[in-house]
Amino acid sequence: MSSTAPVAVQPAPGRALGQLVGRRLRDWVPAVVVLVLAIAAWQAAIPLFHIHKFLLPQPSTIWDTFWSNRGELLRAGWSTFEEALGGFAIGSGLAILVALALARWRPLGRAFMPYAIAANAVPIIAFAPIANAWFSPFSKSSKIVIAAVLCFFPVLVNALRGLTSVRPESLELMHSYAAGQIAIFRRVRIPNALPFIFTGLKVSSVLAMIGAIVAEYFGGTLGDLGTLIRSQYQVFDYPDAWAGILVACLYGIGFYLAIALAERLTLRWQPSTFD
Amino acid sequence: MSVVHVDQVTKRFGRLTALQEIDLSIEEGEFISLIGPSGCGKSTLLRVMGDLTDTTEGKVIVNGKPARQARIDRDYGIVFQDATLYDWRTVSKNISLPLELARWDRKRRAARVQEMLELVELDGFQDNYPWQLSGGMQQRVSIARALSFDPALLLMDEPFGALDEMTRERLNMELLRIWEHSGSTVVFVTHSIAEAVFLSTRVVVMSPRPGRISSVVQIDLPQPRTAATREEPRFFELVTEVREALHRGADEPGRERTEATA
Repeated sequence: MSSTAPVAVQPAPGRALGQLVGRRLRDWVPAVVVLVLAIAAWQAAIPLFHIHKFLLPQPSTIWDTFWSNRGELLRAGWSTFEEALGGFAIGSGLAILVALALARWRPLGRAFMPYAIAANAVPIIAFAPIANAWFSPFSKSSKIVIAAVLCFFPVLVNALRGLTSVRPESLELMHSYAAGQIAIFRRVRIPNALPFIFTGLKVSSVLAMIGAIVAEYFGGTLGDLGTLIRSQYQVFDYPDAWAGILVACLYGIGFYLAIALAERLTLRWQPSTFD
Repeated sequence: MSVVHVDQVTKRFGRLTALQEIDLSIEEGEFISLIGPSGCGKSTLLRVMGDLTDTTEGKVIVNGKPARQARIDRDYGIVFQDATLYDWRTVSKNISLPLELARWDRKRRAARVQEMLELVELDGFQDNYPWQLSGGMQQRVSIARALSFDPALLLMDEPFGALDEMTRERLNMELLRIWEHSGSTVVFVTHSIAEAVFLSTRVVVMSPRPGRISSVVQIDLPQPRTAATREEPRFFELVTEVREALHRGADEPGRERTEATA
């Protein structure tokens, strides 16, 4: 509640911002401590318990490998991220359009939702080689399709929930203003659905990256992260594979944070749960 | 010409008769309270007037036309027990929503919003979001929104029911001031006898099973009403009269079902 709390004391704007940033940093301290302790424990445990390098390399080894191959790894990561982003845009975009249609015409929802739920139960990993057969295994299309399929369901379910969970009084009020369906969607249902949609998008952002990598496991060029990780395992180059996993994590986290930031900027009207 | 004319209205929900052959005429500038125990159909009657639910039999005429046409012509504003503000809109954006839908231009909207903010004494809060306001302030925004497009009729469904007694009495005073200022006709649903007597020109007492009007009490307290009105002997006489009417209505068996209820 940073906007309403400091009423009595009015600090200079610069200082208020400084305090806010300081408080944000303090909020992060516990998480950073846990990370540092976990990495230190991991680093110490490998020699202590004589764990073989191919089972689990030390974090320092992974980091060294990453740093010496950073150009190639980050490029491969970017190539995979492009597929993830394409799949995310297509899957989430379609999901939002379908959710709008299902919210507008309820019988449509009753007819199609059971199949959307059933489709979500299809193991997507089993579908990846088939997508590679449909498209070329060396094209980005097959990976984009897998990522899109993974993104579709979480966004659809959340968007539909948001579009339909409007309080009855809110709709009655719109009726009393003689508002049509377009106005009701634009001014009530869609704004009401935005927090739900962002929840779906955040889940999807991570799934898109996973989908693209999994699809690459079943065929792709060596310039892709999934293919790279798999081929390093095949030549017993485990630290390289782990460095690839690290890069995948970095892109996944970055994507998630970008969506979270977009959410904060879009939903400025919400009481912030972070302050 | 009466603003609202309810003619032999019956409303059934399945086997339950919520309203039974209701007749009621409301003249321009009146302040009518509908009072009665839970299940007497007072909210249903309000919703029928606002075309938020249709009648099973009979008809409702608002401003000389069917209730549906009156709704399409935006002839009435409505206030629910819950302020029902749109969380993603600031105070001023909430007030201007009906004006946007009525396609007022930006300049005219801004001027009217400012006027309404002053009317409900919320000037300075226009850029706040609903969650930043107290319950009483939210309800004032809701009233400002309902009045923003100058509706001939204001329908209020227990608007102060969720507020504490102090806030409620203050908003009662404000509502009377707004009513005098705007000159609109008000239909007000309440559980509180004192509130009904204090605010109204007429109190319509309803009774349940089936929902019907059991009596109408004319409130002849002088206008404008002030805090002192609540302490006048005539105020207490009228409160007693409404209370007795309520008890009579509850004891009297329904016209349809004759078995004793208590």
